[in-house]
Amino acid sequence: MTIAAAPGGGGAGAGSATDGRPLRPGVDVSHRAILYLESINVSFDGFRALNDLSLTVDAGELRCVIGPNGAGKTTMMDVITGKTRPDSGTAFFGQTIDLTRLSEPQIAHAGIGRKFQKPTVFERHSVFQNLELARKCDKRVWPTLTARLDSSAGDRILTILDQIRLHERADHPAGLLSHGQKQWLEIGMLLMQEPELLLLDEPVAGMSDDETMRSAELFMALAGQYTLIVVEHDMDFVARIADTVTVLHEGHVLAEGSMHKIQQDERVIEVFLGR
Amino acid sequence: MAVGFVPLHLSRRGPLLARWTPRTAWPFYGVAALVLFVVIPLGHLAAPAESVWHVSSFTVTLVGKVMCYAIVALAMDLIWGYTGILSLGHGVFFALGGYAMGMYLMRSIGHDGVYRSDLPDFMVFLDWKQYPWYWRFTEHFWYCALLVVLVPGVLAFVFGFFAFRSRIKGVYFSIITQALTYAAMLLFFRNDTGFGGNNGFTDFKRILGYSVTAPQTRTALFVLTGAALLAVLAFARTLVASKLGRVLTAIRDAESRVMFSGYNPLYFKLFVWTASAVICGVAGALYVPQVGIINPSEMSPANSIEIAIWTAVGGRGTLFGPIAGAFVVNLGKSWFTQAFPEYWLFVLGALFILVTLFLPHGLAGLWRRVAR
Amino acid sequence: MSLLSRLGLSLFAAACVLVPLAGAHAAVVPDAIKDLALGEADARDKALSAIVAAGDAAALPFLQSLLDGDIKVQGDNRVYRVTGDQAVDLLTGKAVKPLPADVEEVVVNNRFRRALAGAIAALRLSSSDRALRAAAARALAGGADENTLPAISAALAKEADPEIRASLALTQASIQLASPEAATRLAAVRALAQSDNAATKTLLTALLARRNGAFVEPDASVRSEAARSLREVDSRLLKGDLVARVFSGISLGSILLLAALGLAITYGLMGVINMAHGELIMVGAYATYIVQNLFRQHWPAAFDAYLLAAIPAAFLVSAGVGMMLERTVIRFLYGRPLETLLATWGLSLVLIQTVRTLFGAQNVQVENPSWMSGGVEIMTNVVLPWSRIAIVAFSGLVLTMMWLLLTRTRLGLFVRAVTQIRPMASALGVPTARVDMLAFGLGSGLAGLAGCALSQIGNVGPDLGQSALVDSFMVVVLGGVGQLAGTVAAAFGLGVVNKFLEAWSGAVLAKIAVLVFIVIFIQKRPRGLFALRGRTVEA
Repeated sequence: MTIAAAPGGGGAGAGSATDGRPLRPGVDVSHRAILYLESINVSFDGFRALNDLSLTVDAGELRCVIGPNGAGKTTMMDVITGKTRPDSGTAFFGQTIDLTRLSEPQIAHAGIGRKFQKPTVFERHSVFQNLELARKCDKRVWPTLTARLDSSAGDRILTILDQIRLHERADHPAGLLSHGQKQWLEIGMLLMQEPELLLLDEPVAGMSDDETMRSAELFMALAGQYTLIVVEHDMDFVARIADTVTVLHEGHVLAEGSMHKIQQDERVIEVFLGR
Repeated sequence: MAVGFVPLHLSRRGPLLARWTPRTAWPFYGVAALVLFVVIPLGHLAAPAESVWHVSSFTVTLVGKVMCYAIVALAMDLIWGYTGILSLGHGVFFALGGYAMGMYLMRSIGHDGVYRSDLPDFMVFLDWKQYPWYWRFTEHFWYCALLVVLVPGVLAFVFGFFAFRSRIKGVYFSIITQALTYAAMLLFFRNDTGFGGNNGFTDFKRILGYSVTAPQTRTALFVLTGAALLAVLAFARTLVASKLGRVLTAIRDAESRVMFSGYNPLYFKLFVWTASAVICGVAGALYVPQVGIINPSEMSPANSIEIAIWTAVGGRGTLFGPIAGAFVVNLGKSWFTQAFPEYWLFVLGALFILVTLFLPHGLAGLWRRVAR
Repeated sequence: MSLLSRLGLSLFAAACVLVPLAGAHAAVVPDAIKDLALGEADARDKALSAIVAAGDAAALPFLQSLLDGDIKVQGDNRVYRVTGDQAVDLLTGKAVKPLPADVEEVVVNNRFRRALAGAIAALRLSSSDRALRAAAARALAGGADENTLPAISAALAKEADPEIRASLALTQASIQLASPEAATRLAAVRALAQSDNAATKTLLTALLARRNGAFVEPDASVRSEAARSLREVDSRLLKGDLVARVFSGISLGSILLLAALGLAITYGLMGVINMAHGELIMVGAYATYIVQNLFRQHWPAAFDAYLLAAIPAAFLVSAGVGMMLERTVIRFLYGRPLETLLATWGLSLVLIQTVRTLFGAQNVQVENPSWMSGGVEIMTNVVLPWSRIAIVAFSGLVLTMMWLLLTRTRLGLFVRAVTQIRPMASALGVPTARVDMLAFGLGSGLAGLAGCALSQIGNVGPDLGQSALVDSFMVVVLGGVGQLAGTVAAAFGLGVVNKFLEAWSGAVLAKIAVLVFIVIFIQKRPRGLFALRGRTVEA
């Protein structure tokens, strides 16, 4: 299974982004930008979901994306992760990985992790197994069949379990977790993937204040080593964590800048508060 | 509790045998081995006819046949119970394996057919002068054994590749598997196809030199089938307890998450789908010499849909359940069609309805509830 | 008119013609009688030709009697016609009793027999009864000779009926083709170019064949003319073939449409693939059967109108059964499509066995009303049966009504809303449970209509639904859900493609090819031909 994307992209080392083997080293960020979207257009049956969307995210950034419902935030994530193909426009991960030509597993393998709006974990597997499945490793059929859990992998899982505070529940089925715990589990699974870029779609929805605060701490700790794009509606949360905020409206970038700056922006006020 | 949930100590490194056969299952395997390899064979071959231990050839054939069905139910559980793919056309793989073995058995008739010719009776009847090219080498047992594995395997691989690649899921997939088996059935009904038309293959005389109807041969086939059943069960358990098994259930539960975690579901589905088809083919090959006939009605959609009900009655995703389900339904069918033939379809139909409405976890689910 | 009554009528007509003539022996010139009965071969032939040339139909009974062996001669000058123990002296017209002892049979050898038959047929060609003429033309086509040529040509000149003309023209041409004159042959070949009869093709091809290395037809210009005529006839036949096949495809498509429409609605609406759909079709067919029987028993005079009652009956019965299934079983399985598949399969088994128990396992007879039998001939050898035309029209009607229902009525609005976004529709106050039941009833009722249509052109038995099921599925899979256009396009597309493939490779292989094609097509467009895209519709 080879696709002519990323020739040498992401790795002079073994494997390409395509075949399930992990990439070594990671993405080419020699020019700082880790994600580069230009003039993305997506239509569904006549409805313009994304309209000439252009966005650049630098490596290590903690970017927040906000916007009213229907602004295209989730569609944008779909395009980045390969779930939806844009009608036109370019999307690059690092300098060389063309996102419009890879499949979802390939993109996940290239180093983009996505957390869904609705927490999507494997409900009938235990928390431990959820994390184990997500772990970055060779994900082809035969290696998976013969996989053994060695101690370093086990340790990593235990570390993450601590980080997401689910150590007590390691052997419980994930379906029994509370909503907030499932969100954390999903974030934990993302971390297990060791991605370069994390896409988090409403990560604190349904969390208590305490959990929200800890999520903020976690994200801020992750930024720098990882790049995060967070879609959220909770403005306080956004204000706390964001370096830069991008406002989407009707599929297009309306404004971009620090939280303070966009809060003053006329157009943003109009869109959020109405005329 | 959670279907497919394997205790933690098994998902970590552990002795291989323990992964295949957790300790709780040892008694089951023991009893099964005893009955299959000792009690029934001796009862058939050694016990005198009046003894209570005697097992008639009817019983041997019946149980052997149902064991073949149980193997198929296991294969179905792997793809449906564990991977969430409902195939309504799995009978085609079973039948193809059966036909492959049937070709060898037809060859083995030699000159003992009605027409006393080199060719099978149906070919003589059609006025054919020689075997078609695809019958070449089928007089060799090893070649037919190869066909038993390759024909269903390749068909499943090709079909599965195209189907899974285009992300056909759910109901659409089920329908096109039904179309597949229906098309195959139509093809095999034609006399020109060279597989006996609507009569199929029958009147076998020998297998590997032994008479097909001799008690020793019957017993040997029976034992072989039993061994195959246990082997497939062991294989399935290994698969299911491995990380691959967990990926399969993950695909069943949340395929998008699996994709976004970096696994390509296509290959995993293709793997289990092809393995399942090959298992069915082997079951078919064991079935035909015991039952003595194979014809295109084995490929009918109705037959394939029945496979699903065996698995559903037993309890999807439990491996033992479908075996039980296959036994319950088929022994029931055997009894009903003798006692009240007009009512069997009512019972079967009601079974479909009641199990889906009230027993979604099948007998295994019932057992678990009772055992609690 | 049924075949039987037609035959009776023609025999009666024949009798009417012949019986009066039976007495009029004197109509045949005595010399001719003597020549035919007593003369040598030459004289016979001449007399026969003369009669045929004169077109004297009055001679028919005598000729027939000759052929039947009823004519006996005595000496050189007595000719008797013997029926039983009655004898009539044909030259004097007087009855003779008893028959003289020294009468002899008239020797009718094979050659004379053939000539007589030909002459009789030629004479019959001028009968006023079309059926007689048609029969005569057919008889001549079997093998006529030059003697009958003038009669045929004369008849052709007078004949108005196109079918008989065609037959006569062909016979004439085939006689002329054996003429020693190249010019005659050429003219015949040229004339044949106008034919649209498949038999002409055989004739012309034979002309162009070789035998023992040499051409059968020695004259080159005749050969080239024959080749030209052959091409013309061929293309005409091909056109006719094409038309027939296209119509056949449309007819099949209309049936597929009726069968699949209900399924598309229930699947598009509720994501329920109803495996019992075929049985709902069967129920409709049986409802038609019952209505037919009722009419036959109680209103036989109105039998031709039974369909008017059967159509709503089929709709209502199937809709009722469908709604009952929905309320008792399917309703509990929403959101679990695979389980619904299995449960509805179980329902189909129950339905089949119920019907088998009630009506027996063998097929039942459903007769077409009389206006449906026969067909319209739009070209030679291309007859479009009325029953199929009616079904195409019917399916168009049903489609239109369905479209109107979905786009113009409130129910249709609800159905569309629930199809697209169920929770939203529910939140807006649409009674989704009731809509589900009614929509399922609608889909089932449509299946009943399909059953009614199928009963008119095929067998009705408990297994009627099984074969219709896979076909309906294929239409739905190919056409996609959510839009009527998809179902229509898929149904007619599949119908036409199926019929064209059939001509090549036979029905079974055609079906297999279509199934394979669909599986491959689904690769490219997993949602079908016309499917709604976007996040709201998940497979």
